[in-house]
Amino acid sequence: MSRAALAIALHVNGEPVRATVEARKTLVDFLREDLGLTGSHVGCEHGVCGACTVRVDGEIVRGCLMLAVQCDGARVETIEGVSDSGEIADLQDAFQRRNALQCGYCTPGMLLTAQEFLKAGAVPTRDAIREQIAGNYCRCTGYHAIVDAIEATAQARAGGRK
Amino acid sequence: MKPAAFAYAKASSVREAIELLGKNKKGARLLAGGQSLIAALNLRLDAPSLLIDINGIGGLDKIALKQNWVELGALVRHAAALRSAVVQKHAPLIAKALPHVGHPAIRNRGTIGGSIALADPAAELPACLIALGGEVVISGPKGKRTVKADGFFKDLFETALGPRDLLTAIRVPAANRESRFGFAEICRRHGDYAMVGLAAAARAEGAHLRDIRLVYFGVGSTAVRARRAETALAKHGPDAAVAALQDDLDPPDDVQASGATKKYLAGVLLRRIARELAGASA
Repeated sequence: MSRAALAIALHVNGEPVRATVEARKTLVDFLREDLGLTGSHVGCEHGVCGACTVRVDGEIVRGCLMLAVQCDGARVETIEGVSDSGEIADLQDAFQRRNALQCGYCTPGMLLTAQEFLKAGAVPTRDAIREQIAGNYCRCTGYHAIVDAIEATAQARAGGRK
Repeated sequence: MKPAAFAYAKASSVREAIELLGKNKKGARLLAGGQSLIAALNLRLDAPSLLIDINGIGGLDKIALKQNWVELGALVRHAAALRSAVVQKHAPLIAKALPHVGHPAIRNRGTIGGSIALADPAAELPACLIALGGEVVISGPKGKRTVKADGFFKDLFETALGPRDLLTAIRVPAANRESRFGFAEICRRHGDYAMVGLAAAARAEGAHLRDIRLVYFGVGSTAVRARRAETALAKHGPDAAVAALQDDLDPPDDVQASGATKKYLAGVLLRRIARELAGASA
């Protein structure tokens, strides 16, 4: 059963996908090169920068530290799918209003990492927000505005629930 | 970079994984969470001919309290251990350490067994396992065996695991009312490997601390017990313990800090931990 290329079937952003992939192909390379979903970015390729963050079965993962073959049968969501569904429209709006992005390279990963945190529901402290996004590098040094945007979104969502 | 080509096999049982290891000798690697392994493949620090994916093996993702031991299956994700009420209550040192293991996305994939089997000298969990006097449960071609943490970690990325062995679980003694724990690390960015870290356990007997275990990480080729400092802390207190560290630790310079800086920081951590051990109960 040990072959270099394997057939996989998975769901990407809700759509069924069948493909044959080399065992060594990482999830993020598969998404970008085979499926043309270039919203997930490739930065360091060893798990440090967080630019490749995607969701697998509802949880954020490093797209460079999972192999595409490991996603056989999985539900994968990328920034494209999460944008189209409207799930993070308010967070994206807050990023824009607060100038929480400059070059935008880190933004898809930042948004998915923040959303996992915000889904828990509570309004986090700024320290907790910084800890949550510690695994996502922004090389434009935009952290302060990013924390502002995440905090504002958490507060707005909490207000909306009242 | 991209990994060199390799073959991929999914093991559906511990036995099958061991058989696959036997067929491929040293050219095979076990893939658990992959959070260090796939990084090493991407950097081409490692180029195995076969990856044996053990994520589909059932039953290795359980957390259970068995008599006076907490057992964590090899495939328990860091995030699952962090959420576990059993770990919070009965293995509080591990609960203290886990938020420092990588970042949220890393903890969603990374496994307890992987952290122990890799034995990174700057990692948190091997130090915790030694501090707790824990055990490692191993399955190999000749069956199952248990190895104490003190004898498990041999050298840089070297453990008691043989080329055809699979780590299936770790076990740590459950905490009780006398248990005291401390954990602290210093790193440049939260979630990165520590420049220096310290996992500590002790037993409170009235106003005294007994059976103190101080285990440093990021200071050598394995996690290191500071035995002279343990004795000095029990007998004379923090000042004597910090002085004793001079003979316990000899950290080499690395990309993070010089050996001298690490040694100084080890003392800073010891003072913090001494307060934590003396303070609130687990």
